Amino acid sequence: MRTGLIARKEGMSRIFDEDGRHVPVTVLKVDECQVIAVRSEEKDGYVAVQLGAGKAKVKRTSKQNRGHFAKAKVEPKKKLAEFRVSNENILTVGAELGANHFIPGQFVDVTGTSIGKGFAGGMKRHNFGGLRASHGVSVSHRSHGSTGNCQDPGRVFKGKKMAGHMGDERVTTQNLQIVAIDTEENLILVKGAVPGAKQGWVLISDAVKKPAPEGVPLPAGFREAPKSAQEEAPVVEAEAAAVETPAAENNDAPASEEKKAEE
Amino acid sequence: MNILQKFEAKQLDQLKDQKTIPDFSPGDTVKVNVKIREGNNERIQAYEGVCIAREGHGINESFTVRKISYGEGVERVFPLWSSRVDSIELIRRGSVRRAKLYYLRDRRGKSARIVERTTGHGIETREEKKAKKK
Repeated sequence: MRTGLIARKEGMSRIFDEDGRHVPVTVLKVDECQVIAVRSEEKDGYVAVQLGAGKAKVKRTSKQNRGHFAKAKVEPKKKLAEFRVSNENILTVGAELGANHFIPGQFVDVTGTSIGKGFAGGMKRHNFGGLRASHGVSVSHRSHGSTGNCQDPGRVFKGKKMAGHMGDERVTTQNLQIVAIDTEENLILVKGAVPGAKQGWVLISDAVKKPAPEGVPLPAGFREAPKSAQEEAPVVEAEAAAVETPAAENNDAPASEEKKAEE
Repeated sequence: MNILQKFEAKQLDQLKDQKTIPDFSPGDTVKVNVKIREGNNERIQAYEGVCIAREGHGINESFTVRKISYGEGVERVFPLWSSRVDSIELIRRGSVRRAKLYYLRDRRGKSARIVERTTGHGIETREEKKAKKK
């Protein structure tokens, strides 16, 4: 089991494949996704990596978290999340993950927080049919109707579908295909829609209901140094990037960030 | 520019390298060469008619071409940047006063004609032509 990634939903767009067919894609940005902490079997009773993404202002980070980030020697992050991993896929603290963690064509599960709809009625929330438009129905055209029987049982059963709060909950969409990755901009293009609003945080991980794809980087895909000086890479890079050693990444990246984090 | 706009601009730059699209607008008669796949073969079929609308921006732009085929009105919507659209040829410019020519749907024959445009944007004036010759 590999770790997943934290990404930000940028919005939807389209690309044309080589046949000229249009593919609707969601653009996800992997924004400075780094390993913040590691949970181990001896200490915590389970194995996981804690990732952080985004850039938070130091003055808006709580003192506890400032200490937490300082310990990992990384800049404060906006979003933290844990991913369960198997023992051989534990990462070192401070390593930065990139979009090359996934390969084009593989399937992923994407978890996000759905757009809040507020207090919604039965028709919108549970696809109820509502009442008739005429034949004596007044005022209650969109009501849910009866909620049960009479004196026996004399109560409304638990779990009865009724009006209430809708949306703004954790939603996972399974088996979305990765169309392409852009290592230059650190973007992941996923086919179809992803739960949540634009600029919302989503968690991407390998699909649980599909066999593990071949050729994915293990233990994880690390971000290569930005190569803007080199010739411009094509927008849609369809290459499975090579695995880099996490140790090398580790030493040079957090050096400058160390001071800021300790402020 | 936000990340999405940047992404789309990059895509568009790439597509612009692959093919050039003539400057045409609603009212113009265009010939669209469409790639058609039959089994394993690919051939190009021309579809000629009046462009009655252009919609969308950038990579999402599309256009609608209307023609009368065997007495039946036919409209096709093409994504401007799809590689299925092999090329677009501008046959004749038309003088119209609207961006969307949906009124043509209710018209037949004489009243559905569009007068040719000989001046205005995209057309060289006599002086310009002279200057070019020199």
